[in-house]
Amino acid sequence: MRDVAIIGVGMTKWGELWEKPLRDIFAETALLAIEDAGVDHIDSMYVGCMSSGLFVGQEHLASLLTDYLGVKNIPAARVESACASGGLAVRMGFMEVASGMSDIVLVSGIEKMTDVTTDGATFALATAADQEYEVYNGITFPGLYAMMANAHMHKYGTTREQIAMIAVKNHQHGSMNPLAQFPQKITVENVLNSVLIADPLRILDCSPITDGAAAAILVPLEFAKMHSKKPLVKIIGSGHATDTIALHSRDYITELKATELAGQRAFKMAKKKPEDIDLAEVHDCFTIAELCVIEALGFVEKGKSGKATEDGMTALGGKIPVNTSGGLKSKGHPVGATGVAQVVEIVKQLRGEADKRQVKNAKVGLTQNMGGSGGSTLVHIMEVV
Amino acid sequence: MSSPRYWREIPQRYRLEGAKCKGCGKVFFPPRLICPECKSKEFENIQLKKEGKILTYTIIRVPPSRFADQAPYAMGVVELADGVRVLTQIADCDLEKLDIGMKVRVEFRKIYDEGHAGIICYGYKCVPE
Repeated sequence: MRDVAIIGVGMTKWGELWEKPLRDIFAETALLAIEDAGVDHIDSMYVGCMSSGLFVGQEHLASLLTDYLGVKNIPAARVESACASGGLAVRMGFMEVASGMSDIVLVSGIEKMTDVTTDGATFALATAADQEYEVYNGITFPGLYAMMANAHMHKYGTTREQIAMIAVKNHQHGSMNPLAQFPQKITVENVLNSVLIADPLRILDCSPITDGAAAAILVPLEFAKMHSKKPLVKIIGSGHATDTIALHSRDYITELKATELAGQRAFKMAKKKPEDIDLAEVHDCFTIAELCVIEALGFVEKGKSGKATEDGMTALGGKIPVNTSGGLKSKGHPVGATGVAQVVEIVKQLRGEADKRQVKNAKVGLTQNMGGSGGSTLVHIMEVV
Repeated sequence: MSSPRYWREIPQRYRLEGAKCKGCGKVFFPPRLICPECKSKEFENIQLKKEGKILTYTIIRVPPSRFADQAPYAMGVVELADGVRVLTQIADCDLEKLDIGMKVRVEFRKIYDEGHAGIICYGYKCVPE
């Protein structure tokens, strides 16, 4: 396998981009990554997208997007793993460069979610759960995560306030990210007084509906050494795992087995341990998710994530800052784009380009991108070399 | 919902038909073709036990549109006496008194109604014992 580096990243301001069609959101973002990389062509492309068919009625996405990026005829594929589609695109690109199949690969993620009503978006997102045995009976995604929250509170004594602190922290981080959809700072009181969606989760526990894209250029490390003047960011670990799509079929409601396994696989490849990680971007689609994820990745012991969050372990300046970009909660969650945007943030941090939210001496960063209620997970570990 | 898609799930939804693996004895709901535990492909059809307890729950305040007339409603992961877990609505309960560990039993109920020309969809819900 060849060593793989990320030499360019791109992202634009996320939000309700009513004036922009999906193809333009993609091209604008991909062009930023190509410009950042300083390459004059790309050999192939992967695009992560959960459900362009339900959100904008458009499938056959890879061909459409290569055309509008001005690179028609190259090999290109759209990949899907619900909300982990972006992370999956990163892994596909990594394998393609590592294997020697292609040299310059564009990996991107995109979702255009605001062309449908909120009910339409809820319907599309719910396709990531078991249609016949979860959704048929009346569950929603906030409902699935709410059941994880109640189980976590019951099993470990995690408090409602500790869960709210994830939202407060991530909005605090997002207030320093000019590309975040909701950069407003919030308080624990704001969260606890916001509208109930599925008990105990409230609207400020939930990531928003977002239009947006993110992109990165992957090349062999040797190529990057010759062509890039920026600090070189190498992908040193890639882990991927699946689990039952139905939450009720898992042995433990509060444990994310796919995240645990994808993490272990990525750590093994990278020859690193959880304590070697300087910062992480994780899948906080709901506040409770971040708590379960940092336990599954081994950053804290099982049941200790609420206390660790309260103590500031995962805030900027803490032992391991988590979601310095603002996370899905504040930055936004265009589902297919999220996994690639996490990589964009880690690359900016490792290059020292994260401005006010820069983590000092960041050398090793991790991304964790999760589909559905935890039925699929991608973990990537990057190091500046 | 197309008629075939509704019709083929009727044994599970109306009669709680599951499958017991002849290799290792584990019970699955819905039935499946291969046992993930012992890889056996031999199963015996069984009817699930109707008694169970709540492992976790939530109250849906913002429902999907087809459940709009039912909100707020409770849902829970219920472990039945034979070890099978299902995700169901917890009906006929005081939302304030819901709790983890609460004993419930499965009943046959209307799940939702597609409206003027659609199907009336039935299935299982749990109610407190």
